[in-house]
Amino acid sequence: MPSLWIANARVIDPANRRDDVSDVFVHEGKLVSSLPATARKRARKIDGTGLVACPGLVDIHVHFREPGQTHKETISTGSRAAAAGGFTTVVCMPNTSPVADNAGTIQFINDAIRRDAVIKVHPTGCITVGMKGQALAPIGSLKRAGVVAITDDGDCVQANELMRRAVEYAKMFDLPVMDHCQDHSMTQGAVMNEGEMSMRLGLRGWPNAAEDIIVARNVILSTYTGAHIHMQHISSRNSVEILRRAKSRGVNVTAEATPHHIALTDSLLGTYDTNLKMNPPLRTEEDRLEIIRGLKDGTLDCLATDHAPHTDYEKDKEFDFAPNGILGLETALPVTLQTLVGKHKFKLPYVIDLWTRKAAQIVKLPVGSLSEGAAADICLFDPDEVWRYDAKNGFSKSSNSPWHGQDLRGRVKYTIVDGRIVFENGRIV
Amino acid sequence: MRWNRRHLITLEELSLQEIETIHRIATVFKKSLGKHEKKLPYLVGRTIVNLFLEPSTRTRMAFEMAAKRLSADVVSFDAASSSTTKGETLRDTAENIQALNADAIVIRHAAAGSPLYLSKLLGIPVVNAGDGAHEHPTQGLLDTFTMREHLGTLKGRKVVILGDILFSRVARSNVHALLKFGANVTLVGPSTLVPRTFEHMGAKVSHDLRSALADAEVVMLLRIQHERQNSSLFPSLGEYTSMFGLNKTRASWLNPNAIIMHPGPINRGVEIDSELADGDRSVILEQVTNGIAVRMAVLFLCSGGQPAQVLGDEA
Repeated sequence: MPSLWIANARVIDPANRRDDVSDVFVHEGKLVSSLPATARKRARKIDGTGLVACPGLVDIHVHFREPGQTHKETISTGSRAAAAGGFTTVVCMPNTSPVADNAGTIQFINDAIRRDAVIKVHPTGCITVGMKGQALAPIGSLKRAGVVAITDDGDCVQANELMRRAVEYAKMFDLPVMDHCQDHSMTQGAVMNEGEMSMRLGLRGWPNAAEDIIVARNVILSTYTGAHIHMQHISSRNSVEILRRAKSRGVNVTAEATPHHIALTDSLLGTYDTNLKMNPPLRTEEDRLEIIRGLKDGTLDCLATDHAPHTDYEKDKEFDFAPNGILGLETALPVTLQTLVGKHKFKLPYVIDLWTRKAAQIVKLPVGSLSEGAAADICLFDPDEVWRYDAKNGFSKSSNSPWHGQDLRGRVKYTIVDGRIVFENGRIV
Repeated sequence: MRWNRRHLITLEELSLQEIETIHRIATVFKKSLGKHEKKLPYLVGRTIVNLFLEPSTRTRMAFEMAAKRLSADVVSFDAASSSTTKGETLRDTAENIQALNADAIVIRHAAAGSPLYLSKLLGIPVVNAGDGAHEHPTQGLLDTFTMREHLGTLKGRKVVILGDILFSRVARSNVHALLKFGANVTLVGPSTLVPRTFEHMGAKVSHDLRSALADAEVVMLLRIQHERQNSSLFPSLGEYTSMFGLNKTRASWLNPNAIIMHPGPINRGVEIDSELADGDRSVILEQVTNGIAVRMAVLFLCSGGQPAQVLGDEA
């Protein structure tokens, strides 16, 4: 593997408080402060002028659909979409078919990762058997098989006693419990946010109170047990406030926000476009702004895409009947740059921190920095390039994106994993 | 005016002038309904498909009669014995209907937004005959047509819509139309079925039946759609009736000349007493008759007809 010499880039490494125009060197898959003379001569030199070099992005919430729904996505295609988005590490959800509630399925997923993934992919396991919310999955065996967290994502454990035992038990293995916060009894048949728009459109609404109640439940359980509970894709302003208060008391909870919940609102749904249908749903402007405030003051710990591929024919139907979810990996960086840096005046290093070090910390993965000696996982992007996103020609197997056909600012040029270029100027290498 | 719309999806999108045009044409068409020879030649040779994917009696029959009275051929789609039961998608069903050379589709569907979805897919007119809890534009048109027949202008009139507003496409369409006419609309019912969010549409929301009904000139009752409600939005039909059912005493709170309306089907003894449903103030069956005339006007215009063909120089 040739050494790499990224020259003259703006190097942003929040983990090491670094933000300067300089060079980055990679030797034998690791980050080094300089290259040995012989390696320097043979190194592949990348002109980083005008580009930002940062740690490879980390997404702790993706759906790669393998096993069982490989018509939507596979670990191969999903990891390529991730690489195209600048991600070098992702964490995939266990709501596959069958669900990943046993070590054998995790082994199957890990074999596919080893065989097909072009970036680092880590599996999660289920909290409950069959994701049915009735009995604990073999959490210890899942940990031994290599999961980095447990979650029933796509669903939510409704029984409080079971959730209490799950977090207590998982704590023994130092496993975070990630939760999709949704009270089912309040969201039967719901397909969008409950509010003025759902009233106008005649669609069944999903009240943000249904999220708030479970977030509050989880804060109480974390307080009681000391276990780490991570709240996925926070969409409600009240949930942000509940988490803010909990964190001020030192409760062991963390939370993520998605690019779509910080960029879009339910006001867009008048066309009944199923590429705007997701769970939790797009909410109001007040919710959106509070999530952004939560990211700014640290209440929300990181960004995550909830990349959820579905085929065109699955999305091409009546809004009530279309599945929830949108793609996220290839648009995540430009959408968050436009929204947070462009419109809400976040500092660029802060946003990169949300996508790197802070995301990695939640699942305790040793990635997300450009520290000397660390694995050379690097994202190199042009923060100013404007490009038109064509979901139909993207790397995902699906194309269900609300950003299809739109101009985006900020484009990933290179993605480097363990010192190897896996994505270069629009191509998987 | 010239008519430029190919589809009728919502009343929200129609201008007051467009609604008034439909009403004027319906007035002319209504005169033909009582004649021995009822057929008008405006849609000779056209085929209209009634794609009703949700149960309906009066709307489906009214559309069918309306089309036939304009001399169109009508094909009614029976969801129970169709390919939709074999898993065929709405897109495929509709594209097949278009490929069979239908000239227009009238769609009733339980999913809100379905007519809009079809209108983007198809090259033939799509008329919304009710989509979930979203809109039922021809019902709103016939209801306001009926009100105008009785009250003349609707500007400043107090109209009360009472019942299950949350799940009612009829209420939404009527609110859109009535506000365009300048009426004062009050939505009444239990707080769980009449949420405050409806105030964003420009209607008043009240849970106090007496003050809402006081001096109202129209009260439109809506059916309690207990088949749509899988949770406890109110304790029981009995309690609903005791709190919000229209009976003789409560009807006395209305303006003496007030009319009582209901889009049907009626739950007698639940939202309205039989005595009132069949009484002098009830215009419920007039609504049904007017439904044919209004739907004739809609089918005529969406099929390419121009107001001047019916109204002459008055158009």
